[in-house]
Amino acid sequence: MLCQHCHEREATTHLRRTINGATEEYMLCSDCAKEMGVGSIFSDFSTDFNTLLGSFFSNALPARTGAVRCSSCGSTLNDIARTGMVGCADCYETFYSELQPTIRNVHGNTEHCGKHPHRSIEEPPAPQPDNSLDALKAELQQAIEKQDFERAAKLRDEIKDKEAQA
Amino acid sequence: MSEVVVSTRVRLARNLREFPFPGRLSDQAAQQVAQRVTAALNTADVTFHTVRLSEMTAIERSALVERHLISPEFTEPRPGRVLLLSDDNTVSVMLNEEDHIRLQVILPSLELDRAYEIANALDDVLSRELELAFDERLGYLTRCPTNLGTAMRASVMLHLPALEQSGAVARIGANLGKLGLTMRGLYGESSKPAGSFYQLSNQVTLGISERAAVENLHNITTQLITQEIKARDTVLSDITVVDRIHRGLGVLRTARLMDHSEAMRLLSLLRLGVSSKLFDTLSTDSIDRLIVEVQPANILTRFGDTCDERERDIRRAALIRERLQ
Repeated sequence: MLCQHCHEREATTHLRRTINGATEEYMLCSDCAKEMGVGSIFSDFSTDFNTLLGSFFSNALPARTGAVRCSSCGSTLNDIARTGMVGCADCYETFYSELQPTIRNVHGNTEHCGKHPHRSIEEPPAPQPDNSLDALKAELQQAIEKQDFERAAKLRDEIKDKEAQA
Repeated sequence: MSEVVVSTRVRLARNLREFPFPGRLSDQAAQQVAQRVTAALNTADVTFHTVRLSEMTAIERSALVERHLISPEFTEPRPGRVLLLSDDNTVSVMLNEEDHIRLQVILPSLELDRAYEIANALDDVLSRELELAFDERLGYLTRCPTNLGTAMRASVMLHLPALEQSGAVARIGANLGKLGLTMRGLYGESSKPAGSFYQLSNQVTLGISERAAVENLHNITTQLITQEIKARDTVLSDITVVDRIHRGLGVLRTARLMDHSEAMRLLSLLRLGVSSKLFDTLSTDSIDRLIVEVQPANILTRFGDTCDERERDIRRAALIRERLQ
């Protein structure tokens, strides 16, 4: 989508600002975001990211969970916004709803996919084999994207068989 | 590959579940964290020795930064800050830096898979021996939300003199964000590129697996290598460039005073010449080692930190002459 400010460049920054309970959201390109004082969170974290976090929580507001402080380490949302750093592992639980938009902004994602400390495999557990036609087609698409043509050929045959049976 | 890629690094950030992150950690708890992690890593196949930063001079600590073994932030001694180094210096573990554990594997040339394997095997040891801060949704929990997920930063140090000269580096750099990658100077974070060295690394850590991130970085690196080599052909077909390289070697072999920026500029040129087979008695490896040796703090640790600037430039020039005989 195009930047809502200049209507020229592609929007790369999602800005959400809550002032006195009224939430405003903008999609901005990096130039306009910089101009508006948000800055690119991908550049120097220590300055820009703090500004961004700071714009989300201007005061030590209580979290949606009702907590003002993390019960484990004593951090407030204000502490996190000021430093750009989280106090402890439990802060992520306590302030999850408040941190989530920022996390999404930084990573474009909010779900981990990768290594798990207590599972030997790296990828998330394989879903139960789903032999429905849609699932096979989806898998075929994935195989093509990964350029796993051997697998793709097998899937294509399976789909043909299924379609013939139906 | 080694014509363009100087080194590969894979870094994992980990924290212990039961302690607050550094910053919210008491001195005593920081010591405990250091003890536990050290004990855990003692069960690994890799042998580590403990480097006591508090017993080193500021210059010696900066020399470790120049060798990419610790971060600039880690040069400030604080209780519980411990550096564990493998005997061959390929693995370095900073304890109580931004996170409890910052484990880094550094290998020469392009070795992303192997670097990740080594880091992953050590991480398996950590997972077995310690309870790590991990969340099903957010992955490995880190002090800074930019590292959530895999908490893995993989990077390659690239020498891109030809792409830099053609102005392509700036264009490429601006587009890397869309690919979840970022490019920085020789010493990371906000450092300026010196000697046409650039660090390319993954930026996104949440929602992408370690394998996929490494593969993505590998693919882009390979493309950059191809482009750089192609650009070098054009650059080196110009006699003025070839002349500059040869003159540079002349200066390096004879100068009596050599400041840091001149050394970086000329060694970068020489590296371009060597990797393009202009000189067959020199290797890129030996130049990469020399580039580390001529950094300011490394000169001072070698020759004593009482050297003033003039003395340092004399020592640097002498060292380069000796190495390039």
